[in-house]
Amino acid sequence: MSLLKVNNLKVNFKTYGGTIRAVRNVSFEVDYGETVAIVGESGSGKSVTVQAIMGLIKKPAGEIEKGNILFKGKELLQLSQKQLREIKGKQISMVFQDSMTSLNPTMKVGKQISEVLLYHQHVSKQEAKARAIEMIKEVGIPNAERRYEQYPHEFSGGMRQRIMIAIALACNPDLLIADEPTTALDVTIQAQVLGLLEGIKENKNTSIILITHDLGVVAESADKVIVMYGGMMVEKCSVQELFSNPNHPYTWGLLESIPNVSNKDKERLKPIEGSPPDLFSPPKGCPFAPRCKYAMDICMEEVPRLYDVADGHSSRCFLNDEMAPNIATFSEVEERV
Amino acid sequence: MNQEIIKTTNVKKHYAIGKQQVVRSVDGISIDIYQGETFGLVGESGSGKSTFGKTIAGLTNPTDGSVYYEGNNVNNLSKKERHRINREIQIIFQDPQASLNPRMQVGDIIAEGIDAHGLAKGKARKERIYDLLERVGLNPDVVKRYPHEFSGGQRQRIGIARTLAVQPKFIVADEPISALDVSIQAQVLNLLNDLKDSEDLTYLFIAHDLSMVKHISDRIGVMYLGNMMELARSEQLFDNPKHPYTQALLSAIPVPDPTLSKRDRIVLQGEPPSPVNPPSGCKFRTRCPHAMEICSLEAPMWKEIHADHWTACHLYS
Amino acid sequence: MSREARELLFKPVNKKESLSEQIIRPSLPIWKETAINILKNKLALFGLVLILIITFFAIAGPAMVPYSASEQELTKNNLAPSSEHWFGTDDLGRDVWARTWQGARVSLTIGLVAALLDLIIGVTVGGISGYMAGKGKRGDRIDSILMRIVEVLYGIPYLLVVILLMVIMEPGIITIIIALSATGWVGMARIVRGQILQLKSQDYVLAAEKLGSSHAKIIGKHLIPNTMGIIIVNLTFSVPSAIFSESFLSFLGLGVQAPFASWGTMANDALGVVIGGQWWRLFFPALMISITMFAFNAFGDGLQDALDPKVRKKGGK
Repeated sequence: MSLLKVNNLKVNFKTYGGTIRAVRNVSFEVDYGETVAIVGESGSGKSVTVQAIMGLIKKPAGEIEKGNILFKGKELLQLSQKQLREIKGKQISMVFQDSMTSLNPTMKVGKQISEVLLYHQHVSKQEAKARAIEMIKEVGIPNAERRYEQYPHEFSGGMRQRIMIAIALACNPDLLIADEPTTALDVTIQAQVLGLLEGIKENKNTSIILITHDLGVVAESADKVIVMYGGMMVEKCSVQELFSNPNHPYTWGLLESIPNVSNKDKERLKPIEGSPPDLFSPPKGCPFAPRCKYAMDICMEEVPRLYDVADGHSSRCFLNDEMAPNIATFSEVEERV
Repeated sequence: MNQEIIKTTNVKKHYAIGKQQVVRSVDGISIDIYQGETFGLVGESGSGKSTFGKTIAGLTNPTDGSVYYEGNNVNNLSKKERHRINREIQIIFQDPQASLNPRMQVGDIIAEGIDAHGLAKGKARKERIYDLLERVGLNPDVVKRYPHEFSGGQRQRIGIARTLAVQPKFIVADEPISALDVSIQAQVLNLLNDLKDSEDLTYLFIAHDLSMVKHISDRIGVMYLGNMMELARSEQLFDNPKHPYTQALLSAIPVPDPTLSKRDRIVLQGEPPSPVNPPSGCKFRTRCPHAMEICSLEAPMWKEIHADHWTACHLYS
Repeated sequence: MSREARELLFKPVNKKESLSEQIIRPSLPIWKETAINILKNKLALFGLVLILIITFFAIAGPAMVPYSASEQELTKNNLAPSSEHWFGTDDLGRDVWARTWQGARVSLTIGLVAALLDLIIGVTVGGISGYMAGKGKRGDRIDSILMRIVEVLYGIPYLLVVILLMVIMEPGIITIIIALSATGWVGMARIVRGQILQLKSQDYVLAAEKLGSSHAKIIGKHLIPNTMGIIIVNLTFSVPSAIFSESFLSFLGLGVQAPFASWGTMANDALGVVIGGQWWRLFFPALMISITMFAFNAFGDGLQDALDPKVRKKGGK
């Protein structure tokens, strides 16, 4: 049994402008000790997917239309608020992109860590404090005892992100969800934080869902990758497959549009033409079809199903249909490998 | 090498905060930017790269030192000259949301500079707007639309069209693609590259994404805490970085290739110190893996260690 | 769909023009979109309808009954509401229906005129102050002089101003309007100044300066249109507060004097007799005050949401 199983998840938001179908039929699994990366642009539904897992989709604006979220076989969507609180923070915890707004500015950071322990683990205050200081050390912040007494504004962005991670890890969760944890950070600090996450996975066998838009981060940190576009999961595979045998034209486009640092010659970049779909009126067929170089008439008419293209590798693209014509393969990537 | 279009001599920009404290945002930078090149400027947050860009663009005056444009000191100009130079030096902003007035139609946004300088009127003005829209890859039908109807990438194109309208020669592009999605970044980068050739432009391209900077720049300068650490041709900088900070910065870029074994990454310890209290001597010494005693005592000289390869580091004294 | 028909669909799309660059979202002028958003907001719509109803009766109400507001019929005093006198009569036999709508005229006039004066003085002072701030020494001085005036006025309780004015001037509608406006505009001035200060540092204003736009153009095209929303919203909130202040002052006997009736004076007159069972004398004016306050506040709230660019942007994440 896998740790987390998301099945046919559909999430809608009601706004002034109409209903946004933010997540449409997303299914995936996370195994113990595995890092699953969710890649996508803004509006792809990647953040909403994990918000649904964390129970952060609140009525009346947001609504989970259908789907199951099974955590250790337990249906999260059926749980009461109280039961959900038991799981959140203790077994599943989350790190957000913006560490400034996620921390309470009027509370000492040490307190914010020990509070989680007091709430979930019924330890004494002294024990909680000792554990909290240990956590601060563990995420690589020097002078932990002194830092325990400081307020969030006395920390830099990278340090605050470490504190967030410390809070998230305080109860040894089985699943850590990190929503663009390094996007707001500089590269040298990003390297530190990614190293920290890597260490957690290895030492504690914690599963991680990593949301990012940076394929470099994916290549370095993930085991499995989910590519999302326009609220849909368009491709799902192992990280090796993603870079050596990508199947979906959107994935091809993404891989082509990033410049390769190790590339010697400055060839022209190959962007994906056009703009992401308007979520208020998404295309009738495949969300990527209007920007796709290989689009067929069928792509404009209906949403493709997920085709299995290899073991553990599926792709939502009609090019995999037996009726589809053979097109040139993704030569650029073949060149790379 | 071409003639220089911009020259800065020991430019400093300090901001006073409170009574005693001074933020040394830019702390003495002397560089030349040559006609027709793209000069990439990289650095982490707090490095002062954006402030330096704004100073060169004339949006703020330097605290010390001078900026020369085509040989003229821009802080010491007649009114008429200033008007001309203000037009020829333009800036493209990072956030395409904040840089377009939400209450103005696209056509009027683009025509802002045309109107201000009286470059065209009536029918000619309209044709110029259509032409500019086409040049940035937008359909001319959109002139009556408002910015919020566009996606991020399209808004950035509108911003670029507005800039092009006044026929600038030198453009400071202040993180023009950082706020955009990956698939859109390449579009805008290609557009900027094309325009550079067709409009005969020179860019100062500010960014924190090193791979994008490498792709577009001829030369790259690396800033840290208000100082220039290294400056070289872009291939040279990537192949043979000299300054320990540049080396660490380059090795920190995640490479989109899972088959590469994790390289020997130089992970810097700690975080950049505050620009209010920068370290004595070399500003990077507190995080530098090669720091020596001399580094805390005196600031390293800015010197050319190879042809066209400058750095400020005691390792090369 | 048959297999054959389906098979036909598996052929590449003939893309004449890139579908992806089309903008599907319909273009709407801002006022139209605002109107639609208000119509969608039920509470705001309800408020607007109430305002219209009250206005209608204020105009037509007194003429709907054969009595005038000041006509005394002493034989028919203290009558409870009936088919003859819909809202009953008072101790002098005056028709409460007629007096209530007569009072509505007074209250609405005072509310609207006072709010309008707030608007004119507040926007002028706030606009000048905000625009001049940071524009050299002279600008800073103008800003600080204006703001000190605002602060002093802010510190004086308006009741004190009213009482002082009553000593010098005759109590009445004009005096009340002057008293309310004398201190009322400072709130508007502060809001406008804050907004202008914030807008001035927006990238699009910087861009306009860089493109060479004149001060007049920057104020007229960038600053004012983007402040309009907040001004209008503030206006819809200052109308009910002026109406309430008027009623309150009249209730205290400091406001409108006989023969004019306002809701406040009517409520005041009714105070002694309510205990005697003449509930209608207090009930109807009090009800009108409450409905009017609610209507304007609900409408203002909805307007605020409708004009909020964050809502207008629609969605986001």
